[in-house]
Amino acid sequence: MGDIQEGRSDKDRRDEAGRQKPGRQFHPAFFGMYLALALILSYVETLIPFYIGVPGVKLGLTNLIIVLMLYDKGMAQAFVLSCTRVILAGFLFGSLSSILYSMAGGALSLLCMAAAKKSGKFSIYGVSMVGGVTHNIGQILVAMAVVESAGVAYYLPVLLVSGVVTGALIGAVAAEVKKRLPGA
Amino acid sequence: MRRNDWIWLGAVLAAAAVFWGIYIWHQGNAEADCAVVLVDGEEYGSYPLNEDAEISINGTNELVIRNHEADMVAADCPDQICVNQRPAGKNGETIVCLPNKIVVEIHSSEEAEVDSVAN
Repeated sequence: MGDIQEGRSDKDRRDEAGRQKPGRQFHPAFFGMYLALALILSYVETLIPFYIGVPGVKLGLTNLIIVLMLYDKGMAQAFVLSCTRVILAGFLFGSLSSILYSMAGGALSLLCMAAAKKSGKFSIYGVSMVGGVTHNIGQILVAMAVVESAGVAYYLPVLLVSGVVTGALIGAVAAEVKKRLPGA
Repeated sequence: MRRNDWIWLGAVLAAAAVFWGIYIWHQGNAEADCAVVLVDGEEYGSYPLNEDAEISINGTNELVIRNHEADMVAADCPDQICVNQRPAGKNGETIVCLPNKIVVEIHSSEEAEVDSVAN
């Protein structure tokens, strides 16, 4: 895994060929396409039998879209994307309680990813790993509130490790996609 | 990946190891298997099941802990029901001596395979 971001400033909105990149303003069609991608990946994730013996460990494919949106359009649009994605995917494939869990995980992870990106100390891999870990922490916090016991915390080590591993995988994919997307 | 990415990776793995260690340590403390002896409803003593011991309860009964099980081996009462009861070692199992108002309760991480009625 090599360094991808170095030397390419975020403010330079032109790609290598000198074509103007789409700016940070809100494009409904663009946003809709990203939302559709996020929903498709939510669905794909329910199809993949990614089960390694412990419940709650997920690949977090949609985080790929959220990370790309964060890098391309900034935090505000990524946040709206994350929220709409959680609500729609929850009604389509999940339940009300899954919306609650995803919303907490999604909001916390987006805030932390935005902070990690803004600090400039992490590459897209690090930002994605921050997102994976904090997503799981957010869900554990909701689980603690729901069962009103700190006992759920015994599950924390498993989710920390899975968050950082899936985060690294998603980061690798995001870096490759980002290289090939002229707009992103 | 940049250097900071590796630092984050290492920090998270270290945190996971620490939490796991705390959990293991906590579990070792909380779930120590023991036999609790109650006399007339009040706690007389608590004895770990992993140490063999012979306990005299008020001079009336003799409780032996052996092989991770508690067994009443002697009682001064005429019916000897508690002595004839089989040794108890699984969670929730009890040995009762009614004439001397003694109850031995097992608190263990090992769950009983049959329910307490069938015992």
